[in-house]
Amino acid sequence: MADLVYRVNMSNLSFKIEEVPAQWLGLGGRALTSTIVAKEVDPECHPLGPNNKLVFAPGLLSGTSASNSGRNSCGAKSPLTGGIKESNVGGTSAGIMSKLGVKALIIEGAPKNENVFYQLHVTKNHIEFIEVPELVGLDNYAVLEAMAAKYDKKVAVMTIGRVGEMRMNLANISVKDPGGKLRSHGRGGLGAVMGSKQIKCITVDAESYKEVTIADPEKFKEASKVFTKALQENPISGEGLPAFGTNVLVNILNEAGGLPTRNFRAGNWEFAENICGETMAENIKARGGKTTHGCHAGCVIQCSQVYNDKDGNYLTSGFEYETIWALGANFGIQDLDLIAKIDALMDDLGIDSIEASVTLGLAVDAGILAYGDGEKAYELLSKDLPNGTPMGRIIGSGTHILGKIYGLVRVPTVKGQGIPAYEPRAVKGQGITYATSTMGADHTSGYAVATNILNSGGYVDPLKKEGQVELARNLQIATAAVDSTGMCIFVAFPALDDPKCLPALVDMINARFGCSLSIDDVVNLGKTILKTEHEFNIKAGLNSADDRLPEFMKYEILPPHNVVWDFTGEEIDAFWNF
Amino acid sequence: MHVFVKLFAQYREGRFKTEERTYKEGICAQEIIEELELEKVSPLGVLMVNSRHEKPSYTLQEGDIIALFPKVGGG
Ligand code: SF4
Repeated sequence: MADLVYRVNMSNLSFKIEEVPAQWLGLGGRALTSTIVAKEVDPECHPLGPNNKLVFAPGLLSGTSASNSGRNSCGAKSPLTGGIKESNVGGTSAGIMSKLGVKALIIEGAPKNENVFYQLHVTKNHIEFIEVPELVGLDNYAVLEAMAAKYDKKVAVMTIGRVGEMRMNLANISVKDPGGKLRSHGRGGLGAVMGSKQIKCITVDAESYKEVTIADPEKFKEASKVFTKALQENPISGEGLPAFGTNVLVNILNEAGGLPTRNFRAGNWEFAENICGETMAENIKARGGKTTHGCHAGCVIQCSQVYNDKDGNYLTSGFEYETIWALGANFGIQDLDLIAKIDALMDDLGIDSIEASVTLGLAVDAGILAYGDGEKAYELLSKDLPNGTPMGRIIGSGTHILGKIYGLVRVPTVKGQGIPAYEPRAVKGQGITYATSTMGADHTSGYAVATNILNSGGYVDPLKKEGQVELARNLQIATAAVDSTGMCIFVAFPALDDPKCLPALVDMINARFGCSLSIDDVVNLGKTILKTEHEFNIKAGLNSADDRLPEFMKYEILPPHNVVWDFTGEEIDAFWNF
Repeated sequence: MHVFVKLFAQYREGRFKTEERTYKEGICAQEIIEELELEKVSPLGVLMVNSRHEKPSYTLQEGDIIALFPKVGGG
């Protein structure tokens, strides 16, 4: 049965089930959210006003048996960047939406009565609007519990915590994973947009769905086998990621002088060993826990993990390099267990762990707390932030606004979004991605670290300018396409190095829909997505002057390589020549 | 001559994290990789000397810090 578009109007609490317009048929994930946002949202609208729309769309292959295909995209105009946003997530929502035949869920308008929060319950051809006063003021795990008590335990849940209710820039949208823990549409303040629509949580029925239909099951099976094999045989996705998680990057970035330290003052940190992936893996082995764990069913890479404390009690999962870097090297916490405790807190609160932690790094410069004072950080995040005290709201506004309030200059943001985990002066290809990404400083949107540092997809010297713009462009185009398939971005590692991987991915899409896309078509899709997003941003008032790194990086010399950011505006703008 | 050898990820198992080691003059990185039998564990991913990427043919100098990583990734 054909997929449908579910459209919700919060202004009058109504919904429509629509056929999928022909132009949207071949789109999924980011391609679809960005196309819908660009077509239907006024770029000049207030991101928290009734004219913004919140769009969810599972990837093209979500809901199928394809490995790693369970990512769901969420898009809107971002309150953090003022531009378009897409953020994708694992968890169970993509698979369940696909199986229910929901091609996209579009949420528009805003309730007139500002004091009521709703739950949207999505079932086959129907959406129920439920007032949920009992959930207001609760954070994510309490919402998950309430939903588990109310429905089949497999029900998909997308939720916001108190920070999202208060519409702060740090707020994310959290999604239940198969283990009952949380994953998140992390960046860009999408949780604030959901809060502005006064939606506390969205549940999707997991009882009455049908398996997705596959146009050519035999061909699909064959391609899927090749694809899975490529993921499993690649040394990075098959071995490195499962064994050490993404946190293996701490040591390699530290060694390369590209680990931002003390709010971007240096590229290496003397305590890296305390928080690195190797230490984390040792702790997991000694304490029980799991080094491998998937954020959604069907992940064969399993970069996630279960991390316990010294007594073997669960601390956190989905414990990622970027969060560990930000709270570690950048903010100064040397104790991995304390970082884990804060990570778990951030999951429950529903805040972007990168933005929050980069903000804490800057808060040290602001004199709010001392470098490495994790206890105080925990208190700020657990008390001030969710209670909406003035200090909580300052932190909750994110790095850029904190910098403005305290009159700071070393503010590591692009388009208002905090720079993650890779020092642009020492990993220059990544710097080009940060400058040009339509999402603001987003490491996933074009992971040049792969080729600058990890020798994946060739090698481009991280300290030189040559080849970086082209590298970042090619990666961003490819990523936009991958983000549309529902695939986790880590399929990029085998895709970069194994010639069988990408054709198998395209074959699966063809077999699923009975179409005949070529690799070129998929690359062109990536280009179209980027251009669509770029146009939206320009209309929203973000121009080439916003495609720039913070100025301090041009004149503050970064040890140990003693480098500055030395691209001219013209060189950066050449990114868009395609 | 003295060289600091740093190992990472799977390469550490049964070996060491960091060691100051003595080698004859003119030794290249590849010989150290072979001596430590690293590629029996996992193919070489990244080789850095003094925080710069180098090739296995790199000839080591007194006091160099060589860092050896299997294929790793993340993001
Ligand atoms: S590799 Fe990691 S991020 Fe990707 S799907 Fe698996 S657990 Fe999720």
